[in-house]
Amino acid sequence: MNRKKTKLVNKLAITLSLIFFTSLVIFASEDKKQSGDQHKVNPVNTPEEISDYIKHHVKDSHDFHLFSYFSDDKEHHVGFPLPVILWGSNGLTTFMSSEFHHDDEGKVVVNKGGSNFVKLHGKIYELKEGATSIVFDKEHHATNASKPIDLSITKSVFGILLFGLLMFLMFRGLAKQYRTKQVPTGFGRVLEPLVLYVRNEIAKPNIGPKYKKFTGYLMTVFFFIWFSNLMGLTPFGFNVTGQLAITAVLAIITFVVYMASSNKHFWSHQLWMPGVPYLLRPILAVIELAGTLIIKPFSLMVRLFANITAGHIVVMSLIAIGMTMQKELTIYGSTILSLILSLFIMLIEVLVAFLQAYIFTMLSALFIGMAVEEAEHH
Amino acid sequence: MYNLIGAGLIVIGAGIGLGQIGKGAMEGIARQPEATNKIQTAMIIIAALLEGLAFAAIFLGK
Amino acid sequence: MEQLLENFSLDLFVKQTVLFIILIFLMVKYAWKPITKALNEREEGIKNSLESAEEAKKEMENLQASNEQLLKEARAERDALMKEAREIKDKMISDAKDEAKEVASKLIQNAQASIEQEKQAALSELKHQVAELSIGIAETVVKKELASKKDQLKLVEGLLEDVTLK
Repeated sequence: MNRKKTKLVNKLAITLSLIFFTSLVIFASEDKKQSGDQHKVNPVNTPEEISDYIKHHVKDSHDFHLFSYFSDDKEHHVGFPLPVILWGSNGLTTFMSSEFHHDDEGKVVVNKGGSNFVKLHGKIYELKEGATSIVFDKEHHATNASKPIDLSITKSVFGILLFGLLMFLMFRGLAKQYRTKQVPTGFGRVLEPLVLYVRNEIAKPNIGPKYKKFTGYLMTVFFFIWFSNLMGLTPFGFNVTGQLAITAVLAIITFVVYMASSNKHFWSHQLWMPGVPYLLRPILAVIELAGTLIIKPFSLMVRLFANITAGHIVVMSLIAIGMTMQKELTIYGSTILSLILSLFIMLIEVLVAFLQAYIFTMLSALFIGMAVEEAEHH
Repeated sequence: MYNLIGAGLIVIGAGIGLGQIGKGAMEGIARQPEATNKIQTAMIIIAALLEGLAFAAIFLGK
Repeated sequence: MEQLLENFSLDLFVKQTVLFIILIFLMVKYAWKPITKALNEREEGIKNSLESAEEAKKEMENLQASNEQLLKEARAERDALMKEAREIKDKMISDAKDEAKEVASKLIQNAQASIEQEKQAALSELKHQVAELSIGIAETVVKKELASKKDQLKLVEGLLEDVTLK
């Protein structure tokens, strides 16, 4: 009875998410391209535009943009609007991102809850009383607008929520299977070796005998990064682990974990390295401290961010070869070239998606292992 | 300008270093195939640290 | 560095911190703990059953060894018993033989003794009777013959002759 019920709930969750993905909300906006442009209603196809497009993709955004197409001299966007939640001078304000009509240049003013909001380069500004458009001074600070606290469900936040939910449902399902049977069936059979891999190959050898306390964290980090990296390769255009803020959070949590679990042995080796001439010890202490406090978390953060961002940029640039090299190679040649190149780089990216999750988790485990290592009794 | 050149120099250094790591690992594996797993793990760790350095250089120099 | 800072969004940082910490707690509580517990239990179970199988094997070996030992002992005992029985039998036979021989010799001895005795008795009896008979004969002869001196002498002489002849 109970099992039937949980199965029903699972099925419901799966169908709901499927409906969510398949019934894409098409909200066509009718902003004509400025007539001042060199090409009236052409899709993105100059190198500058492509570069802008890639830069825009790599950044976080307030709506979920899948693709655009042009017909009847109009640009149509396909994607979801996402909720915008702001805490400005007039308190909490919420509205859907579709209110901005895909404007990212601060031209569309949204009036909600007594404040005027504009969106510029992916950031929402609250205009001061009486202002109708945003004005910048020479140092690029807005003179007549302030930044409200932005709690919106942006694309990345949506991604985090989605991957979190997916992870939770998948591994909760696996955990429930163990109640009735020793060996999982179905999808659990795929997940179990992964869990065992993280525990036996990453946590156990790198941390040592105290690994049990940290496996939960390491597994969460591993699967979160891996799912995010893989989802970043889908056409949905997530770029969760390519956001510096997100990798910074992951690195800082690892930093906090290994600092909180560090013991006397670790600090004695940090500050007063035994077995080294006394004159060298303070110098070594400075180097070790810099490593522990700054370089390790910084390298964790930058490595993941740079790898994923670089991967996205490379994939998109290779796809763009199909447009930029049409003159030199004809349409067919450039399409085939971009197809082959992007296929290969995509395969490498699938590997990188796993490798970066593995490296992040393993380095976290290694740093934790260094911090909790006990003095060897000779 | 100069910072870009510096970043480029660091990346060249990192490239040479990565090559050395790969060379060392391969020689080690050829000499002792049964230690492949251990060598690979160590190789990935060192390569990751070096890669982090190279990326930091690129981003700081840019 | 500027690019790094430009990429960094404090709002996203705060949101991710909150969401990720919630995710860690949820996953640890509802997924990782039950999963690692089940995996550990399973591994423990496999280890235990392997160990118990090993133990059973060892016990089996022990049992077999002790069985063999028992069998050996039983065989030895049987052999010992049989040997003893054979010895007893031989002894009994030889004893019986000895006894029989002894009894027989004794009997023979006795018989011989009694025969001798009888013989002696018979001889003495005979002698006695012969004496008596002789006396009787003598009496009669004497009574009848010894009327004259001449006869008497003749008789004595004849008697003596007989006696010496004897």
